[in-house]
Amino acid sequence: MASSKKYWKSVEELNENSSIVETLKQNEFVEEIPTDEFLGNKEALETSTTTRRDFLKYVGFTTAAASLAACEGPVVKSIPYVIHPDEIVPGLANFYATTIADGFDFASVLVKTREGRPIKIENNTLANTKGGANARVQASVLSLYDKNRLQGPLAEGEQVDWDYFNPLVASRLDNLAANGSEVVLLTQTFASPSTSKLIKEFTEKYSNIRHVVYDTVSSSEALDAFQMKYGVRGLADFDFSQAEVIVSVGADFLGDWQGGGYDAGYAKGRIPKNGKMSRHIQFESLMTLSGANADKRVPVTPAQQKEVLKALAGKNADLPQHIQDAVSNAKRQLQKAGSKAVVVCGLMDVEAQSMTLDLNESLGSTLFDTERPRLIRQGNNQEVLNVVQGVKSGAIKGLITMGVDPLYSLPKSEEFSEAYKNLDFTLAFAMREDATASEAQLVAAIPHYLESWGDIQIKKGHFALSQPTIKPLFNTQQFQETLLAILGKEQSYYDYIKESIEPILDGTNWNQALHDGVFESTASLMPETEVVSGTMEASESNGAFVNPMNAEGEFDLIFYTKTNMGDGQNANNPWLHEMPDPITRTSWDNYLTVSASDAEALGLVNKHVANGGLNGSYVNITTNGTTLERVPVLIQPGQAKGTVGLAFGFGKTHNIQNEMQVGVNAYTLYHNFKGVQRVSLEKATGEHEFASVQLHNTMMGRDIIRETTLEVFNTVDYKEWNPKPKVSLNHVNTPVDSPDVDLWESFDRSIGHHFNLSIDLNACTGCGACVIACHAENNVPVVGKTEIRRSRDMHWLRIDRYYSSEESILSDADKKNAISGLGESLSQFGELENPSENPQVAFQPVMCQHCNHAPCETVCPVAATSHGRQGQNQMAYNRCVGTRYCANNCPYKVRRFNWFLYSQNDEFDYHMNNDLGRMVINPDVTVRSRGVMEKCSFCIQKTQKTILDAKRDGRQITDGEFHTACSAACDKGAMVFGDINDENAEIVTKLKDKRKYHLIEYLGTKPNVMYQVKVRNTEEV
Amino acid sequence: MKKVKYPNLLFKLSSYVLAAMLLIFTNNLNAQEETAQDTTEVVSEDTTETVADLGGDPVAGRQLFNSNCAACHQLDRKGVGPALRGVAEKYEKEWLYSWIRNSQALVKAGDPTAVALFEEWNQSVMQAFPQLSDEDLDNIIAYTSAPKAEPASATADTTGGGTTSQDSGISNSLILGVLAIVMLMLVIMLFLVNNVLKKIAVANKIEYERKEKSTPLWKAFVQNQFLVLVTAVFLLLAGGYYAYGFFMQVGIDQGYAPVQPIHFSHKIHAGDNQIDCNFCHSSARKSKHSGIPSLNVCMSCHENIYEYNGEEDIENGYTKEFYDAEIAKLYDAVGWDAEERTYSGEEQPVKWVRIHNLPDLAYFNHSQHVNVAGIDCQTCHGPVEEMEILYQYSPLTMGWCIDCHRTTNVDLEGNEYYEKIHAELSKKYGVEKLTAAQMGGLECGKCHY
Repeated sequence: MASSKKYWKSVEELNENSSIVETLKQNEFVEEIPTDEFLGNKEALETSTTTRRDFLKYVGFTTAAASLAACEGPVVKSIPYVIHPDEIVPGLANFYATTIADGFDFASVLVKTREGRPIKIENNTLANTKGGANARVQASVLSLYDKNRLQGPLAEGEQVDWDYFNPLVASRLDNLAANGSEVVLLTQTFASPSTSKLIKEFTEKYSNIRHVVYDTVSSSEALDAFQMKYGVRGLADFDFSQAEVIVSVGADFLGDWQGGGYDAGYAKGRIPKNGKMSRHIQFESLMTLSGANADKRVPVTPAQQKEVLKALAGKNADLPQHIQDAVSNAKRQLQKAGSKAVVVCGLMDVEAQSMTLDLNESLGSTLFDTERPRLIRQGNNQEVLNVVQGVKSGAIKGLITMGVDPLYSLPKSEEFSEAYKNLDFTLAFAMREDATASEAQLVAAIPHYLESWGDIQIKKGHFALSQPTIKPLFNTQQFQETLLAILGKEQSYYDYIKESIEPILDGTNWNQALHDGVFESTASLMPETEVVSGTMEASESNGAFVNPMNAEGEFDLIFYTKTNMGDGQNANNPWLHEMPDPITRTSWDNYLTVSASDAEALGLVNKHVANGGLNGSYVNITTNGTTLERVPVLIQPGQAKGTVGLAFGFGKTHNIQNEMQVGVNAYTLYHNFKGVQRVSLEKATGEHEFASVQLHNTMMGRDIIRETTLEVFNTVDYKEWNPKPKVSLNHVNTPVDSPDVDLWESFDRSIGHHFNLSIDLNACTGCGACVIACHAENNVPVVGKTEIRRSRDMHWLRIDRYYSSEESILSDADKKNAISGLGESLSQFGELENPSENPQVAFQPVMCQHCNHAPCETVCPVAATSHGRQGQNQMAYNRCVGTRYCANNCPYKVRRFNWFLYSQNDEFDYHMNNDLGRMVINPDVTVRSRGVMEKCSFCIQKTQKTILDAKRDGRQITDGEFHTACSAACDKGAMVFGDINDENAEIVTKLKDKRKYHLIEYLGTKPNVMYQVKVRNTEEV
Repeated sequence: MKKVKYPNLLFKLSSYVLAAMLLIFTNNLNAQEETAQDTTEVVSEDTTETVADLGGDPVAGRQLFNSNCAACHQLDRKGVGPALRGVAEKYEKEWLYSWIRNSQALVKAGDPTAVALFEEWNQSVMQAFPQLSDEDLDNIIAYTSAPKAEPASATADTTGGGTTSQDSGISNSLILGVLAIVMLMLVIMLFLVNNVLKKIAVANKIEYERKEKSTPLWKAFVQNQFLVLVTAVFLLLAGGYYAYGFFMQVGIDQGYAPVQPIHFSHKIHAGDNQIDCNFCHSSARKSKHSGIPSLNVCMSCHENIYEYNGEEDIENGYTKEFYDAEIAKLYDAVGWDAEERTYSGEEQPVKWVRIHNLPDLAYFNHSQHVNVAGIDCQTCHGPVEEMEILYQYSPLTMGWCIDCHRTTNVDLEGNEYYEKIHAELSKKYGVEKLTAAQMGGLECGKCHY
């Protein structure tokens, strides 16, 4: 049937006399193809001496020559030392105890060095002052090899020598002193007795210089409250390991709250022992790690948080009924536990902090240490604000910054930046040419902590030492060395520390203290705090607490720090960018977390798109006349209605590699350093592409994470709450571990070592230190944001996070089990996919399960993956041809494929693409090439090392010697690794534990990784 | 799978020729050695004659000198202490006796010569040798008093040796050349004779039997299809065999003996001087790497050994001058001034060419093989003590590793680690002694991670 319709490709066709249409009818290409351009003029072609035949000859010859040359093996050079240092044996690692103190993270660590290069950070088991190394500290070794670091001091942008630089600074300071110009020394918190002493000497010499401590992420209110009550500028220390009841009001004490490091103690109290475990109640606005681990979590707004504290203190509070009930319940529990109870508060409000201190005092809590407070935060908001004001008004003539980057981290930094440029004297001590350093007149390049000396008083009487583990890579000089030079002292900083530390060593000696990295002393070396009345915070200063009701369209914006990025010092560290946030499972970004109902009201969406990625809307955030534009929105289950959250530390641009210039700078909105801001949101156009590694958020009632309640755990037989899966054999239910239902004969694994890994879901807080430790140990490549979005992340170890769809994960299972019939399945399974507004959360680290009956091994056509007698599922990279059958057949989805060559490839310009960054590579582990499969190896290089050492020494291996990178990094004891053929090993008790189960056990894969059922303490009083 | 040796007929042929030539050469070498011994004897006789008046035996003195004095003193060069040649001319014999037996006593006694000497050498104390008898001391003094051996005579000798060997080389090729010419002449003569005979036959009109023109051989061959088929199959098989052999040797560097920046002779160190491998490659006992000794290890001996005094291999140019120049390269690298005995601090690391290149994907641990298993270095590295230039002795292939693991028993003696596992495993396998393979030494993950 003929059609009268006329189809047209462009409106131009409707124009009958169009010349373009006519030309197009005749010629495919309207414009002439510029063949002449590439053929050149004819004359030149003809006169060319190279004929076509010659050309082909050359091509043939070069191809042949290249292929012939490729047959020759390369000549490898070996260059030994000229003078061999005694302590280095090529091929053996040395360990040094040192301490990181970058103003945000403070931790005593052990540094593994190979041939003089630090390659890994481990926990220092001798240090018990603060928890182990968190993810950032684990990754800090890579920041040492950052190619964007400053290579030497700069004077007015010119590279100079220290011999020129130090006198220059001294003479400029002398001039300023002669003029009486006010200069401020703005520094991070050092918590270093010797540095305090040195700065005191410095400010005594130059009386025009004032020292101000600036914590980029402020804890000023908590410090003020503590100082008012106890007279010391510090933070109360807590021991959660003995706690029976923990009530947290807005405090993410498993995160970075008050310097962090509380998670190890907390985890100890979470493992049910003799039928008892701690009970953790969390009132918070954001979904934090602490909230995710809590037994009971109540979403409240910041204003309500303060009311909660009031209610806990027995005052009248204005709270909705369900919160009121939760609070009174919490209060009863606190009173019952008495001295074993503790309240913590994260509200940046002096009154709230004072109330918390009083509450703990009145409880008589023994878990709360005010005698020996933490000294790792010293900043004072008011003083910093004064400095900002002074710089802007011109009262301050000079600014010296050390370890801080005010041009990046101050709110409304543009104004400050203008004023900064006009100062008479600006000197920045910086590792990288950051925002401040790039505007400073003089820039002093400082070394990384792994190249520095130092002493740190983490808490009163608990000292830690830093020592260099490598010769400085660049022409850097420690801040303290510069001060010494300016003061005209001949002494080195090492001697200076030694001199100030030796009198307080208390029975130990310098070498021993340096070896241990830590020591305790009764001597008091407190920083001198000059308390000026009026610099304390007044509780009314924060608007968010005065007016609990939000106006229409206004939200409480709560700032937080992410496990990976912290305050932003590691913004050029690809490991940390690639590490997914433990809660949102999103990497390479920060974003505004919004509750589902608020998002709906504002028309903000998160959606999965066709290529498997997650996309989200943008919003503009406005507060105090400042607008942060195009902030991506992530809908966060558990977020309190009326609140939004945004992480610090992102949006850095100065001397940050392009790939890592991600996220938005939240400091822009950090008005007056208040942790809560009243903001208005406005939807912006466009869609943001997130790099999420987990898109399915619930388990839909499946048996992946098993959990039960403490009551059931104590009273019911374990076969009820931790049943062994059964499969049908001839219509008879048979336990899955019965040999009758097995396809394969089992090998005898009772001889030699047989490794097992136990993961206690109760002790795992989801902190992610293991993820980075695994990254560092096993040379796991960084693939970048776009590849992560394509689900091509390479993490050998991931921490799955699951939300409940109903009130709790257990009720998800109940709901699923109650489903019957097609209609119900269709509707209710769909519902189960969505996390609830206030979900229960569970974390589960998943790595290769090292199945004894591994599905991957049977499908490999080239036998590249095979099983060892020691229980390890081994992967021979060079045998692998990349069929990826194994990954398809793995029920745990733990195999990772090298889609590209990730080392020495400009497309993946991360640490493996430069000589400096490659220094972090572990020489005992192969760097994988393109097209091969890889996965967790149970750190076979580490177990082999232990075995080989024992063979060489001719001794038996004792329990605790075997470790994987993750189990060694887990200071919570959630991961226990060992040899189950050693009957004295801890892992054997784990294997026999009632809580033990295997992941997806009904498949009969017989994994060598076991999990311990998560128990929640839901006991109400 | 069996590995086919890379077949190379030419190579084999040439090796036969070489072997034949070597046979001839060795005779010459033997002769040379004899002459060398003769000369040393002559020299020593000479010295005894010249120093007879000092009343000592320089031969015995040399031995004593080497065992007692050589650690600090050399004859012609400053060591830790002064050079000793002609020391008898500088000092009284009696004074020397007392100095050597206890120098400090002399210094304390205030002997002016002794004090001056002590001060001159920065108050470094010389060890006392009370055990040396007068006769011993005389012998040593006699040895130190011997005039410096003239290198000229030695070189003359060596050049003599060299020419003789070259002569034999020329004569060989001469003979071969002459033989070839003779053969050529024979062929030409035969051809000429044949021609002449034919001409005579024509002239005499004698009918000689003319050969019937038959089909040429190649045509016959082409016509015989069976033969063609068989040949094709044979050629294909042979081609396959050689191609396989070629590909299997790609990346195997057996025999790889690169030229090193300093000619370091393992033969001299490990062979002639019997230095234990672990003395220099000390990390082989504790680490996965055997380690290339750092230059300060070299200098612990070479601070005093500044020249080569061993046998020379003139054939290959390994003369004393050659070796001394190599030692000088070492001194340059560490910045050692042999005359002043000081380090300049100007160091130049030596870039050795690595011979044994195990790929990155294979883990090998020296200490496990050297220390735990007690395997001799020579098992894998071959007769290093005979190698003037070190070469890769073993193929270092995976098959080679595995063969050894299959056949080698684990050394369990006195190793507590093995007690339990061995008892259980040997029961399981029903054997007395376990091989490395039975211990799990064939698992992929043990070496590849």
